[in-house]
Amino acid sequence: MAYFRSNVLVCSDPECIGKGSEKILESLLAELSKKGLAEEVKVMDTPRIGDCDKGPEILVYPEGYHYVGLTVEDIPFLVEEQFLKGRPVNKLLAPPKKEEAQELREPTAKEVRVVLRNCGKINPENIEEYIAENGYAALAKVLTEKSPDEVIQIVKESGLRGRGGAGFSTGMKWALTRDTVGDVRYIICNADEGDPGAFMNRAVLEGDPHSVLEGMIIAAYAIGAQQGFVYCRAEYPIAVKTFEIAIKQAREYGLLGEHIFGTDFSFDLEVRQGAGAFVCGEETALIASIEGKRGEPRPRPPFPSVRGLFGKPTSINNVESYANVPQIILNGPEWFASMGTEKSKGTKTFALAGDVKKTGLIEVPFGITLREIIYDVGGGIKNDLGFKAIQTGGPMGGCLPEEFLDLPVDYERLSQAGSIMGSGGMVVLDEETCMVDIAKFFVKFIQDESCGKCVPCRVGTRRMLEILTRITEGNGRPDDIDLLEQLSVEIRQDSLCGLGQGAPNPVVSTIKHFRKEYEAHINDKVCPAKVCRALISYEIDPEKCVGCTLCARNCPVNCISGELKKTHVIDPDICIRCGICKQVCNYGAVLVK
Amino acid sequence: MNAIKSLDDLKKIREEALAKRKVTETSGATQVIVGMGTCGIAAGARETMKAVLEYIEAKNLPNIVVTQTGCIGLCEQEPILQVVMSEKEKVTYGKVSPEVVKTIMENHVEKGEVVEGHVIPMQG
Repeated sequence: MAYFRSNVLVCSDPECIGKGSEKILESLLAELSKKGLAEEVKVMDTPRIGDCDKGPEILVYPEGYHYVGLTVEDIPFLVEEQFLKGRPVNKLLAPPKKEEAQELREPTAKEVRVVLRNCGKINPENIEEYIAENGYAALAKVLTEKSPDEVIQIVKESGLRGRGGAGFSTGMKWALTRDTVGDVRYIICNADEGDPGAFMNRAVLEGDPHSVLEGMIIAAYAIGAQQGFVYCRAEYPIAVKTFEIAIKQAREYGLLGEHIFGTDFSFDLEVRQGAGAFVCGEETALIASIEGKRGEPRPRPPFPSVRGLFGKPTSINNVESYANVPQIILNGPEWFASMGTEKSKGTKTFALAGDVKKTGLIEVPFGITLREIIYDVGGGIKNDLGFKAIQTGGPMGGCLPEEFLDLPVDYERLSQAGSIMGSGGMVVLDEETCMVDIAKFFVKFIQDESCGKCVPCRVGTRRMLEILTRITEGNGRPDDIDLLEQLSVEIRQDSLCGLGQGAPNPVVSTIKHFRKEYEAHINDKVCPAKVCRALISYEIDPEKCVGCTLCARNCPVNCISGELKKTHVIDPDICIRCGICKQVCNYGAVLVK
Repeated sequence: MNAIKSLDDLKKIREEALAKRKVTETSGATQVIVGMGTCGIAAGARETMKAVLEYIEAKNLPNIVVTQTGCIGLCEQEPILQVVMSEKEKVTYGKVSPEVVKTIMENHVEKGEVVEGHVIPMQG
């Protein structure tokens, strides 16, 4: 290969072509040879640079200049300045991009990246970059060397379990779907990530869509499906767009469609957008939604592997489950099974949120302890406060207190401790958190999202929320804890789907581990964490107050009185307990009681 | 775009993609800068540039970024060629003919030894 001192990539996305990028390429070549630079500067086309709305666009390396909105008239000047004289043409440069929010940091020593290995590293809108990272090699291997049964066997051996939360063996699910008699089978990717604060799946869909796509094609081959669907919530517009670009590029390369890799295997898929109902993350509700029906769950069995989408055998797996598959094929099931614990293999992504110093997306091997996640990966509790609890598994998960910090994280151990793995939400709570308030927050979420089909969930969560609300407002009754416990048993036993069955978890786990806090609210009318507004009052410490008037000037309801340089007083009857006075006081004179 | 029909097709695309990525990722442990202002070009910088590129191509040297710069105010010393090696200070050579390029590339760029005879002494 000849040595070129500069390389120019011209975007050949249809949008840029529509704006004349082909003419730009031609005139670039003509102008370069006119100036005698054809031997020094190489011009290539590239699938997509990313700013096609401002196209036509080119990238100039090694400097990395990004020129946008080019016209043929610009080219002679651009070539003269950029390539002959070596000066960037500022007026044609793309405006500098704002640094995107860093959800993904450099991994710490405890982290292992399998699912997230390409995220933030490759351009997700360019299939070639994925191929450069050994992408689609697993698919090629599967289609040319393995039978569908062998593929299922490999996935079974790896010990991969569903990453959506239930943790059912992925290989087993594929086998069940394959074994059901029928002419048509479907596969679905569940990308309806709805847990508050969770964004693991979104990061994969936006950062490395082809890994999910490749996993789906392999799954389709294994179970014998010709058609697949990606069900993604409409609140993820970038994920939807990125995935659609990925599908388009895969089609262009013949990786989707008829006779993939020159074999008899044909498969295609499309993206379906959900309207944002949390319950549609439940598989039977999701299937109903794709069918165009109201997103409500139905009783199982029959499971989707027997009767799924349009009544046909369907395998429905989570984004993260699919993203693991190509790596398992390439590196072998032993490699995957070497990570994790006895029954939970591989790695898991978590959205670490709440009161930790380093929040964000992490990927850790199963078996890591909660303490390692919070203190080594997360950097410890914010403001160096004490740890109180960690909430895992999303709204249907549970809160675990300090004595569980050394618990190794896997599916079984989290369930035994009274929480769940869920899809990977992790909220760390510091000592200033009120656990009754937290339980109320999650029950409110579930109550809002209950689809209303079955009574225990629809009415039960409503009653539960009412009880929790009155406890936090200081109107709790002596038997409220018993009532909540009784209600929890009934909702769990009698609800139709996972949403209702899991709904009592936040209440049950907080009562189990923080019963004293409930009792303090109900019996003593005190909120120990000083969070519940109805149970606290603000006072000014006369010894510390210097009479600066700052609190009085900032009070939104003007309930603080006092003259300059004299002690101020809060009128508790007017005070709305917003806490602004405490925030603004420079002398620490505002006390919460 | 051609459809991928075999493992070889995929490999070919992978190699191309890797080559493209190399282009975009070369951060350049070594930078060779040629002065290409009007003065430089008039003094024969184009020949100097060509000689640099030919040398790199002939020896297949990795990780070198060749860029240009404008007039640095030493027009009488053109063609000017500068070499920046990772952490070290920039060395500026003057009156670099294609023959001198060879000496510089061989001794400085490849072996890290500054070719003293051609360095422009910088003041301050």
